[in-house]
Amino acid sequence: MLRVSHLGKTYGEGEEAVEAIGDVDLEVAENEFVCVVGPSGCGKTTLLKCMSGLLPPTSGEVRLHDERVEGPPERMALVFQEYSRSLFPWMTVRQNVAFPLRRKKLDKAKGRELVEHAVRSVDLTGFLDRYPWELSGGMQQRVAIARALAYQPEIMLMDEPFASVDAQTRADLEDLILEICREYGVTAVFVTHDIDESVYLGDRIVILTPAPTRVQEVLDVDLPQPRDQVETKELPEFAQLRGHVWRSIKRKQEGKAPEAAATSSAG
Amino acid sequence: MSARRERLLGSGLEIFVPLALLVLWGVLSAGSTTYYFPPLTDIFTAFKDNWLFSRVGSDVVPSLTRMFAGLGIAIVVGVVAGLLLGLSRRARLAADPILEFLRAIPPPALLPFAILVVGVGDGMKIFIIALVCLWPILLNTIDGVTGVDPTLRETTRVYGVPRGDRMWRVMLPAASPQIFAGLRTSLSLALILMVISEMVASTNGIGYFVLQSQRTFAIPEMWSGIFLLGILGYTFNAGLVLIERRVLRWHRGARASALG
Repeated sequence: MLRVSHLGKTYGEGEEAVEAIGDVDLEVAENEFVCVVGPSGCGKTTLLKCMSGLLPPTSGEVRLHDERVEGPPERMALVFQEYSRSLFPWMTVRQNVAFPLRRKKLDKAKGRELVEHAVRSVDLTGFLDRYPWELSGGMQQRVAIARALAYQPEIMLMDEPFASVDAQTRADLEDLILEICREYGVTAVFVTHDIDESVYLGDRIVILTPAPTRVQEVLDVDLPQPRDQVETKELPEFAQLRGHVWRSIKRKQEGKAPEAAATSSAG
Repeated sequence: MSARRERLLGSGLEIFVPLALLVLWGVLSAGSTTYYFPPLTDIFTAFKDNWLFSRVGSDVVPSLTRMFAGLGIAIVVGVVAGLLLGLSRRARLAADPILEFLRAIPPPALLPFAILVVGVGDGMKIFIIALVCLWPILLNTIDGVTGVDPTLRETTRVYGVPRGDRMWRVMLPAASPQIFAGLRTSLSLALILMVISEMVASTNGIGYFVLQSQRTFAIPEMWSGIFLLGILGYTFNAGLVLIERRVLRWHRGARASALG
């Protein structure tokens, strides 16, 4: 569905050029939940911005359904880490969620239904007429997720969406996002630096190297569905996968295998 | 509780201090024989005779019409041009030196030019008020638009928000705190320019009245005009603050929640 081939991104020119992304290949299949994980500062956000068409790649390309991505596609939504800066503070929750639908020229009743359904999915029905800044951080991020859902994307990209909420809220949001993606039949690409989160959420994990970013390893996650915060995390397979990802990132960071830049695939 | 007392004390002082000053003025000036500083009671009498309400139609209304027409034009042109320039880096680069030059010209210096071009009627006064009030609004709008959070910009791009919506529903509200800051400056400029333009070439208006009273040695009348201008300026500013509070309620809320 989404295919990234030989993607490279260099910021600046000449001597000041910084190669953020070296050469990334990856593919996301329909209805898949792919987690992208890597050490901090490894160009995860840059990769996501290239995938969403917000940033033009320096080399290579991104294709959605075989169509080259030149700008943000209509079938794609993006959830940012900084929820408080991506919601419009002068709009209520309802207006925020409804705003992207204006371009779709739906009739009123249909639009209203989409908005209310999305808001119900994230359990915020009672807060439709509140302003985002009247809500807690976790609730604000749920508004951002509802806005993405109401837009009816086929694929949703998320950039460390739960990085700035507390642990309990985070666990709740993780379960919520899994449930929602299943309900809406949305394909998901979820960028995170949290290894546990990537194993818990993902059908597949893409492990990135430090910048200039390449794909270090792609890992299938065979944990049973639906995932459960306690039971899944108690499984020996969970611990094993977690250890595997951990070592994979560490090994690369410590530079023990600087030459092994080529993509290796395990699992 | 203490916050409420603090507020009560604040508004108490706000009313008490001016009143006390007036009383002091009244007492000190009572029986004054100095020509230029007549007793306050004389000024009040002149105020009542002129502004309640015999000259409202002949002077106050024309003055305020000019002022608000000029300010209105400045707001419309300033906000629209500011949004357009704010959205286009290239247009901004091209316009910047011209804007900086034009706004550096002291406004009264443009009066002779305005008289030449538009004549001495209302058109000239509205023109000069609009021209001067334009800059704070225009430059603040540009600042506001260029300062919009990058994440917010990216959000509008991801969701393919159409151009018109982006301008009126995203950039305009996002820049509105800055626009209001410019508006406050422009409002006081509008009052100043109204008075100046009426002193240069006019047959009515509050500015004309003040100058004319001085020339005919009607000193209490002159003072009453100055008083009226002070009252008008204060009232307009208070009105703008009220409007701003309503329109920017979200801004204060968002800021408070970001700090707390």
